[in-house]
Amino acid sequence: MKPAVFEYHTPTELNEALDLLEEFGFDAKIMSGGQSLIPMMNMRLARPKVIIDINNISDLNYIRVNDSVVQIGGMTRHYQVEESEKISQVCPLLSEGMKLIGHSQIRSRGTIGGSVAHADPTAELPVMLATLGATITLASSDGLRTVTTDEFFITYMTTAMEMNEILVSVEIPLPPKRTGFAIDEFTLRKGDFGIVLAAAMVTLDEEGKISAATLCLGGVDGVPVVLEEVTEGLIGHFPDDELISECCNLIGEFIDPEPDVHASAEYRKDLSITYAKRVLLLASNRASISEVK
Amino acid sequence: MSQSNLRNITFSVNGKGYNVQVEPRMLLSDVLRDELRLTGTHVGCEHGICGACTVIMDGRPIRSCLAFGVQADKAEIKTVEGLAENSCDFHPLQQAFWEKHGLQCGFCTSGMLMTAYDFLEKNHNPTREQIREGISGNLCRCTGYQNIVEAVELAAEIINKKKESLEGPADKRMVFPSAEVEV
Amino acid sequence: MTIGKSVKRIEDPRLLIGKGQYVGDILLPDQCEAVIVRSPHAHAKILRIDTEKAKQLPDVQLILTGDDLPKDLEAIPMRLAPNEALTMALQYPLAKEKVLYAGEPVALIVASNRYMAEDAAELIDVYYEPLDPIIDVHQALHPDTEILHPKIGSNDLFLLHSKKGDIDELLKNSPYQLEEDLYVQRHSGIPLETRGLLAFVDENKRLTVYGPTKVVHFNHQILSRLLKKDKKEIRFIETDVGGGFGPRGEFYPEDYLIPYAALKIGKPVKWIEDRLEHMKATNHSREQKHHVVVGFDETGRIHAFKDEIYVDTGAYIRTHGITVPVLTQGLLAGPYDIQGLDFKVHVVATNKTPTGTYRGPGRFEGTFVRERVIDLVAKKLNLDPTVVRERNLIQPNQMPYTNGISALGQLVEYDSGDYPQILAIAKEEMDWENFHKRKAQAEQNGKFIGLGFAMFVEKSGLGPWEFCEVEFAGNGELICKTGLADVGQGVETALAQICSEQLGIPYSKVKVIHGDTDVVEKGNGSFATRGTVVGGSAAYYASAELKKKILQVAADQYHLPSEDLDIKEEVITQVTTGLKLCSISSILKVAKAQGIELREKYTFSIDHMSYPYGIHAAEVAVDLETGKVKIEKYYIAYDVGKAINPMLVKGQLVGGMAQGLGGAMYEELRYDDNGQLITGSFMDYLLPSSMEVPEIDINILEISPSPLNPLGAKGAGEGGTVAVAPAIANAISHALEKYPLHLTSLPIRPEQIREAIKKGPSIRG
Repeated sequence: MKPAVFEYHTPTELNEALDLLEEFGFDAKIMSGGQSLIPMMNMRLARPKVIIDINNISDLNYIRVNDSVVQIGGMTRHYQVEESEKISQVCPLLSEGMKLIGHSQIRSRGTIGGSVAHADPTAELPVMLATLGATITLASSDGLRTVTTDEFFITYMTTAMEMNEILVSVEIPLPPKRTGFAIDEFTLRKGDFGIVLAAAMVTLDEEGKISAATLCLGGVDGVPVVLEEVTEGLIGHFPDDELISECCNLIGEFIDPEPDVHASAEYRKDLSITYAKRVLLLASNRASISEVK
Repeated sequence: MSQSNLRNITFSVNGKGYNVQVEPRMLLSDVLRDELRLTGTHVGCEHGICGACTVIMDGRPIRSCLAFGVQADKAEIKTVEGLAENSCDFHPLQQAFWEKHGLQCGFCTSGMLMTAYDFLEKNHNPTREQIREGISGNLCRCTGYQNIVEAVELAAEIINKKKESLEGPADKRMVFPSAEVEV
Repeated sequence: MTIGKSVKRIEDPRLLIGKGQYVGDILLPDQCEAVIVRSPHAHAKILRIDTEKAKQLPDVQLILTGDDLPKDLEAIPMRLAPNEALTMALQYPLAKEKVLYAGEPVALIVASNRYMAEDAAELIDVYYEPLDPIIDVHQALHPDTEILHPKIGSNDLFLLHSKKGDIDELLKNSPYQLEEDLYVQRHSGIPLETRGLLAFVDENKRLTVYGPTKVVHFNHQILSRLLKKDKKEIRFIETDVGGGFGPRGEFYPEDYLIPYAALKIGKPVKWIEDRLEHMKATNHSREQKHHVVVGFDETGRIHAFKDEIYVDTGAYIRTHGITVPVLTQGLLAGPYDIQGLDFKVHVVATNKTPTGTYRGPGRFEGTFVRERVIDLVAKKLNLDPTVVRERNLIQPNQMPYTNGISALGQLVEYDSGDYPQILAIAKEEMDWENFHKRKAQAEQNGKFIGLGFAMFVEKSGLGPWEFCEVEFAGNGELICKTGLADVGQGVETALAQICSEQLGIPYSKVKVIHGDTDVVEKGNGSFATRGTVVGGSAAYYASAELKKKILQVAADQYHLPSEDLDIKEEVITQVTTGLKLCSISSILKVAKAQGIELREKYTFSIDHMSYPYGIHAAEVAVDLETGKVKIEKYYIAYDVGKAINPMLVKGQLVGGMAQGLGGAMYEELRYDDNGQLITGSFMDYLLPSSMEVPEIDINILEISPSPLNPLGAKGAGEGGTVAVAPAIANAISHALEKYPLHLTSLPIRPEQIREAIKKGPSIRG
């Protein structure tokens, strides 16, 4: 289990990396945290001819918060987001969800850009971003473009990124007042990729009725699945166990998960309903608490 | 498969500076073990699950099988060989692992110690449940973890007492002579 | 006094500072590294192997295929339970015409390092003609299925049939019968250190091999036979070993190939198995299908126990021969006194990785079957399962008790034990009498809890003998040479304690040497929980002889009868007066001056195994919405006869339980229809982490010391593992007694539990 030979470049500027990408095209692979890529290279399941290691591009490592948006640079490491005070204040879902990613050693190296670009449908970060309505900014030598998560995630480990693009940041709109979040996942062992994961964001109006709700599932399709069909029934109502259950019971109609060695399609559907209920309920409760505050 | 693309890297391991030439594809775990001959860092799976190869790089625990040696250029690394403050002493974690029978075959131990070291840097009075979570990225096939949890608990106590003896009242200082503690 | 004390291990300091020396840590000048090219197919003809491109690489030192090995090379022989009929199904180091499992070695490459060797491996083209893979025992036995070992003539390689009593009559006369199919999945020991070897040839053409363990002397003998080289020309050296558990240390194809390659190129050759290789190359274990019929009466008394067992032994017979099938039936009846037994065991070949022993071989499987069946009998009769156990247990006054079945060449004869007492202890500890109240209360709060018990009888101390040599070194240290091996279990400490006890010296002054064939005369090694029992007894007697010798020197010196002398805390003491005569070191000097050699050898022989016994109890809570199980309390009581070091015994039991838990709920070596292992990495083969293994209460009992050895020890290596699956399965079944859950196969998956919950409470309630 040793990687095959590759040519190794360590640009320190984004432009330099983009030039290298143009030069090597299909032969090149961007490496950030390497926590998914290196195991595949060790098994020789991935054998890029050229590695463009962007760990030295310090300009891509940042967390910025302004009045309307959190912007996180692609090279920002998981632990930085996990431990960020700012993030925990304005976007607690991210802080909470980060803790579910692997173990501390993985979070030391793994990056936001890497996780998102890897697009594993059972990974936590894509689900969180889809829940939060985030956008993803890609750079190429032609300039920048920004896409929604819906546009970005195409299928299993496949994204809308072009060969010459690098993921430079994700932008998360700050949620309105009276918004609660929750994320939870079913794993056989702690720290594994979730068999099913669910995240929810619920916003209440001044009366305490649900004015907006998002539910997103991971592990049930090739991409994170946002289920508006399920949450629309909640809008205009007070949060309520039974109502949430009723809406979530519909989930089976909208998803068509694949079976694998650890769980059948049927079980994934079943878990999806359970975890959807749990996160919607918790998010609603947290939204009401946030109102009291 | 030429070796023509050898890279020069300079880094510090356990406080000592090294300069080595390596192929970019050489894993950090192999650089430590084969180039520096620091074989205390073990390799159990080479795909980032078992944690046996855990080392501290720039203050964070990482899996050295999931980083290339070239990526450690200019970094500061701590391995199990550098855990104790001086070579004649045990680190409180090593002492506690010994007392609590926190190891059997010893293969996972180096990585376990490094993870626990980082964990105790951030958690001074952990509960058993927190310890379990803290070490959950390191697999052990022999002990069933219980004695490891106990050892980490004990190490936290030892460390806290040492600190107390430095900062606390004088009578306590006598119990734990400050000579043992590096300021 | 050192025996019975929880002293710290002498092995640890080195390991804790990163100074252990595992085989991968050794670096010799000019060392090369090998990689094995393995079959990607489960079953295929090898048409052609093209090594030309690989040979062109400048770093490649050697390439071997099956055709390059000596024409008269023998297959790798059986070590345990050898059987003439099975020699036709043994494995050769490299496949020649056919491959029979995905992962079978096809070629070997040696290059200057592992990176280069893997580069070269990619350039070797092997042309295969794929054949239909056999992935299941029943498929293997179908008349239309190809026979994997034509010389045996059937995929049913071997049939074992043991009986006691007239089973048909007893079944017929039983008012109740129960028929069940049970399944234990393929899984294995998976030590954290993979296998590894380093072989080199010195200027005298003498071969040295680092890396053997477990049965060093035996493997030494096999290599000498396969290489046709005198034993004296080969030296084996055991290094630190990262876990054994059964699979590790057996003689595998690589144990021939790596030394052979070193002899060929005259340079040191190292091979470190990588994790993906390990999952396919190192012995699997455990996979069995059981078809059980039991006959019992309304009191729960079982009169007949019939089991037809299909063991999926994989593609070849390896070194363990049929040890696992033999042990399965030998201890299948466990602690119960059952009049009629009828066990038929089929050893079936399939296109999967060959199998061998894994901690508690045959007992993990058999205990799951038996202890589940007991609970199913209780359920059928609506009786308390602990009462059904009580009514069937062998009573202390029946000891020694022969269950009528043979295993490993001897009739199974339980030497001692009080089974009812240990059940009573566990019931008390778990507060079983009041549990139903707690359960009902919890249920009202929406929490489903259950309590399950599982009893077992273990075997330990397999003979035929073990060797020990003790000698005082010039510096006053005692050198203890043992034929045992250390795979991480603390052999050095345990033996040091035994020698220390005998000789009145601190255990830290005992240096234990093992696993070096140049230094240790002979040995049988560490397996089957025999270390402390057999090797410990050898150390006990060798030290006793040495003590006699020392006391005789002292007696002559002081003109006192040697019977009146003893050694206490390194001082020769007169027993009757308590008078301290002199230090042991001064007597050592006297002996040296008189030319008396202070060295003793002892070979301890034993015909019969010891049978420790115990009970596991689990309290679980089940999440009705997901089927997820949480172990809330776990308890093991185990009568080990005598614990030399209770801390180490406890460590063995807790660690063993974690492995049993893996087998019960997480680990499975699963194959797809093409015979491909689909759980072949640590991503999918789920070793329990610190979050899955619960806190475990251990009660080490010393109720029935073994009468078969001077220490009274019965060993402790495997009892933590064998009863985990039924204890948990029984607990889950108890928690969900109102639901149509039928747990008869492993691993227990939350999915299966959830399915039963979804069906809703059954009418029976």
